[in-house]
Amino acid sequence: MRMGSGAGFSSDRLGPAVDLAQKGSLDWLVFETIGERTLAFGHRDRLLNPERGYNPQLAARMRGVLGACRDNQTRIMTNMGVANVEKAAEVVVGVARDLGLEGLKVAAVLGDEVTDQFDDKTALTDEEGLTIGDVGRPLVGANAYLGIDAILPAIETGADVVITGRVADPSLFLAPIVAEYGWSRDDWGKLGQGTMVGHLMECGMQITGGYYADPGRKEVPRPADCGYPIAEIGADGSAVITKLGDAGGMVSLATVKEQLLYEVHDPRHYLTPDVTADFSTARLAESERDRVRVSDAGGTERPRQLKVTVGFDGGVLGEAGVSYAGINAAARARLARDILVERFDRVDGVKGNYRIDLIGLSSLHATAGVEQPETARDVRVRVALRSMDRDLVEMMLWEVEALLCCGPAGGGGYRGQITPGVITYSAMIDRDDVAPTVKVYTA
Amino acid sequence: MTTRKIALHEIAHARAGDKGNTSNVSVWAYDPGDYGLIKEQLTAERIKASFPDLIRGDVKRYELDHLHGLNFVMREALEGGVNTSLGLDSHGKSWSFLILGLEVDVPENRGA
Repeated sequence: MRMGSGAGFSSDRLGPAVDLAQKGSLDWLVFETIGERTLAFGHRDRLLNPERGYNPQLAARMRGVLGACRDNQTRIMTNMGVANVEKAAEVVVGVARDLGLEGLKVAAVLGDEVTDQFDDKTALTDEEGLTIGDVGRPLVGANAYLGIDAILPAIETGADVVITGRVADPSLFLAPIVAEYGWSRDDWGKLGQGTMVGHLMECGMQITGGYYADPGRKEVPRPADCGYPIAEIGADGSAVITKLGDAGGMVSLATVKEQLLYEVHDPRHYLTPDVTADFSTARLAESERDRVRVSDAGGTERPRQLKVTVGFDGGVLGEAGVSYAGINAAARARLARDILVERFDRVDGVKGNYRIDLIGLSSLHATAGVEQPETARDVRVRVALRSMDRDLVEMMLWEVEALLCCGPAGGGGYRGQITPGVITYSAMIDRDDVAPTVKVYTA
Repeated sequence: MTTRKIALHEIAHARAGDKGNTSNVSVWAYDPGDYGLIKEQLTAERIKASFPDLIRGDVKRYELDHLHGLNFVMREALEGGVNTSLGLDSHGKSWSFLILGLEVDVPENRGA
């Protein structure tokens, strides 16, 4: 069977997904778009407007691929339902009707949200003894990671589009494979291998040349036009990872290796709701250009409980900056920083939880203790502050902007922004306390 | 045997990922012949000692010898993680290049 990735994160590109829908000869096109952050943002969006809370690019993506997928008998699997799966299913149905695709069937996988089952006493796994009440912030939402047990009934409805909320990312790929080949739900070895294929595919272009290029060391052909990956999967779960021949990017042993351990801790124990996968025995072989065969992952029994992401209101993040350039720029930027530190403390009451970077001298690695240049001719003073108190954050922005007239010579390019924040923790829940269901919609 | 120092970046590539406040960086030898010296010199203890202010928790190393790769799992290494950090790179995507900037000793007569 042939599966393609059409998105590896919430804001991923659409064009290469359309290419795969049209030319990929796929059985399934999979859009993976949920992260810990985007899930909490979905909850926040839904609180503000009960009609929202799904992936903001859902309608655009469906408009781009639904017609071609129907023509080519390609089914769609996606977690773009995020925090409002039912509404998302209605959106897909609406797009299908607009496109004249009458009869298109959408199956929604419901039941990942467990917010109502949690209270102040619920234990969090991030620290020993920590509970939800200890966090001391408004709870935004709690979602269990569902697996193939929840997705398979949706596939069995024959739906053209299966849409979910929080499910484990590799399960989006594993469920169609299990449905296709009829694997037993306790064939841990095969489930481990299928999970590896899903894990390799779930981040889209990160296996076809994205998040990879390093000029002079790792060159990527036509990096502006990387294609999304395709997996050709056999009945034993072994697969060839490849891409469309006319797409840019590359699939090589190196791109596959890097993705194999992306966000993996112990390669022998990669936990999902479906299996404890073992990637440590994986075999990779480059048979020809842009074709890498992946096999021999294993697995043992699945974890007893499901992981839950618990999101809390994180207040707001304010970021503001002013730049200095030309001769003596570094000294002027340092002086601007010193002025801000003094005024935040003495005048503005902005205390504690802020950070000032000098972009061009030291920013991303400023706290890593590595050697940084003493001087540069183009330096940006960047301030970041998180707070539940929006007024305080606005005061910080004002103080930074005031540097234009009140600070060192030649300061320019002020920009400031305030974005809502979320904070996420983890918890566990018994499988029996989660009851996923499937709801079918027809265009 | 006389040796010289080079940046790990010359002989290895790497990728960073995040989960909560834990960062992992996988490091892969371009040439399988270099894997041995990388494995010998790039210990978990060295990673922890190289960035003591950044990595507040423990560092564990997992080895995939047959693929010539090492995986470093660094706890409490993301200033709270993507939703809490005040840094520009709150995912720690660039932590891979912190590690690739470390030096390793290679034989003096090793080809470029």
